[in-house]
Amino acid sequence: MIEYLTSSVFIILMIKIIVIFGGVMGALAYLTWVERKVMARVQMRPGPTRVGPYGLLQPIADGLKFLFKEDVVPTNANRFLYIAAPVISLIPALLSFSVIPFGPWLQVTDLSVGLLFIFAITSLGVYGIALGGWASNSKYPLMGAMRSSAQMISYELSLTLSVVGVLMIANTLSLNQLVLSQRNTWLGFLPRWNIFVQPVAFLVYVVSAIAETNRLPFDLAESEQELVAGWHTEYSSLKFAMFMLAEYANMVTVSALATIMFLGGWSGPMFGPGWMQAILPTIWFVLKIFVFIFFYVLLRSTIPRFRYDQLMKFGWKVLLPLSLANIVATSFIVAIS
Amino acid sequence: MIQIVFFFFAAVTVGAAINVIAQKHVLYSALSLILLLTAMSVLFILLRADFLAVIQVIVYAGAIMVLFIFVIMLLNLPRDEDGADRLRWLKFIGIPLGLFFLFLVGATVWNVEPSSAQPQLVGSAQAIGQSLFTDYVLPFEATSLLILIALIGAVVFAKKDL
Amino acid sequence: MIPAAWYLILSAVLFLIGVLGFFLKRNIIALLLSVEIMLNAVNLTFVVFSAQHRQISGQIFVFFVLVVAAAEAAVGLALVIAMFRNRESLNVDRSNLLKW
Repeated sequence: MIEYLTSSVFIILMIKIIVIFGGVMGALAYLTWVERKVMARVQMRPGPTRVGPYGLLQPIADGLKFLFKEDVVPTNANRFLYIAAPVISLIPALLSFSVIPFGPWLQVTDLSVGLLFIFAITSLGVYGIALGGWASNSKYPLMGAMRSSAQMISYELSLTLSVVGVLMIANTLSLNQLVLSQRNTWLGFLPRWNIFVQPVAFLVYVVSAIAETNRLPFDLAESEQELVAGWHTEYSSLKFAMFMLAEYANMVTVSALATIMFLGGWSGPMFGPGWMQAILPTIWFVLKIFVFIFFYVLLRSTIPRFRYDQLMKFGWKVLLPLSLANIVATSFIVAIS
Repeated sequence: MIQIVFFFFAAVTVGAAINVIAQKHVLYSALSLILLLTAMSVLFILLRADFLAVIQVIVYAGAIMVLFIFVIMLLNLPRDEDGADRLRWLKFIGIPLGLFFLFLVGATVWNVEPSSAQPQLVGSAQAIGQSLFTDYVLPFEATSLLILIALIGAVVFAKKDL
Repeated sequence: MIPAAWYLILSAVLFLIGVLGFFLKRNIIALLLSVEIMLNAVNLTFVVFSAQHRQISGQIFVFFVLVVAAAEAAVGLALVIAMFRNRESLNVDRSNLLKW
C-alpha cells in the first residue's frame, strides 16, 4: 500500500483532485458575484461595486460575514439533524464533480456508470432539504421542505428519462465516452452535438434541471414572498453558507451535465501552440457551462414563479409523457437505422 | 487494501442495521437504513455489480426511503410507547437462538468453493440489459403490471374519502 | 481477494438483525424497515452468488426484488396512513381486534 501512495498514479490523481475541487470552489464563490451583477444589470442598477474593483471582492466579504455571524440553534430544534442537514446537502453536491470530465485528461475518475452515479448522488441531496426543514421545528421550514422534496423527486423522473435518448445514441453511460461520441462534424463544420439530434430531450432536460435545483421559476419552496425563506429560514452563518454552496454546486453540476450530453462537453475547435491546446478543452467546457449559468440567472431575473399545483401538474402531466415519447421515438429511429 | 474497504463497510452495514432496530424514534431508524443502503451499494461495487449499486442508491435510498421519511414526518409521532410486557422474554430467547442460527450458517458456508480461473463477471448496464430484455422479458412486463397495481392500491388506501 | 463466505456471513447477520427487529419492535413503520433489512440481506446473497458462478441472472433477480420492495413499501405505507387515521397510534398491539 505504501508503494501505491508514493507512485506517480496517486500523485497525478491528487493533483487532479486539487485542481478540480479548488477550481470548482473558487468558481462557486464567484458564481454569487455573477448572479448579483447580472440580476442587477437586468434590473438597471449597478450591483455590487464598492468592495474592490467592480465588486470582485464581494464573495470574500460575504464569506467573512458568514464566518463571523452568530450561530443560532433554535431551542426545540432537533440538534443532531439540524447540524447534519447542511452537510448532507453539501456532500452530494460536491461529490458529483468527481466524475465530470473538464478536459481529456482532467477527470478524477471515469466510472463506467458515471451518468447514473451523478443521478444517484443528486437523489441523495433531497435528504438535506427534508431533514433541514423538519429539524428546524417551525412551520415555514417544514412546509418549504415538504414542497421542495416533493418537487425534487418528481422532476428527477423527467430529468433521468430525458437523457435516455442521448444514451441510446451514444451507447454508453460513461461521461468521457459521451463527450467523445460528439466529436464528429457534419458538412465539415457543424459539430455533431446532441442538441441538434435530440432537441426535445434538451428542452425537457433544461426545464427539469431548473426545477431540480429549486431555481426560479420553480423555487416555490424558498419563495421570499410566501415562505420567509423556505427550508433554510432558521439557518444562519456557516450552515446557511453550506446550503447556498450546495445550491450553486447543484446548478453547476446540472449545467455541466447539459453541456456534456447536449453541447459536446470539452470538444471544440483546437488551435494555437501545444501548451494552449492543452488548456483549450477546459476553456471551451467552462464557456459552455457559463452559457447555461447565464441562462439560469436571466431566468431568475425575468420570469414569475409557478404556483405549487401548476408546478406538480407540469412535471407529471407534461414533462414525463414528453420524455417517454422521446424515448419511444428515439428507439424507433435507432432500431431502423 | 480491498479487505480494509470490505471490513469497514461491513462494519458500517451491521452498525446501521443494529441502529435501525435499537432506536426509539422511528425517524432515526429510517436514517440508519439509508446509511445501510449506501454501505450495501459499496459492497455491491466490490462484487463488480456496478449498475446494481447505483440503481440501489437511486431507487432504494433515493426514492423508497424518501417515501418512508415523508410518512414519518407527516405522521409526526412522539417516541415509541413503552410497556412491551409480552415481548420481554422474547428478547432473552431470541438473541441466543439467533447466534445459534449464525453459527449454523457460518459452518455451512465456510467451505464454499472458491471461484475457478475464468474472467470475472462485470455487471455492467449492457450485460444486465441484454439478459433482462431477452431471457427475462416476461417478468419484466409483469413487474410493470405490479407497479401499476401498487400505484392504484396506494392511492386508494391513502385517500381520505373513497 | 475476499472469500465468498465472508459476504454470506455478513448477509446472514443482516438477515438475523432484520428478523429480530421484526419480532421485537412494536411500531409498524419499524416493522416495515426490518423487512427492508431482510430484503437487502437477500440481495447481497444473490449478488455474491452471481459473482461466484459468473451468471448475470443473480443480479437480474436483485433487480426484481428491488421493484417488489418498492411496490410493497408504497402499499405498506399507504396502509399505515389509513390505520393511523383510524386509531391515532402506530402500535401494532392496538390493532388486535381479531385476537380472541
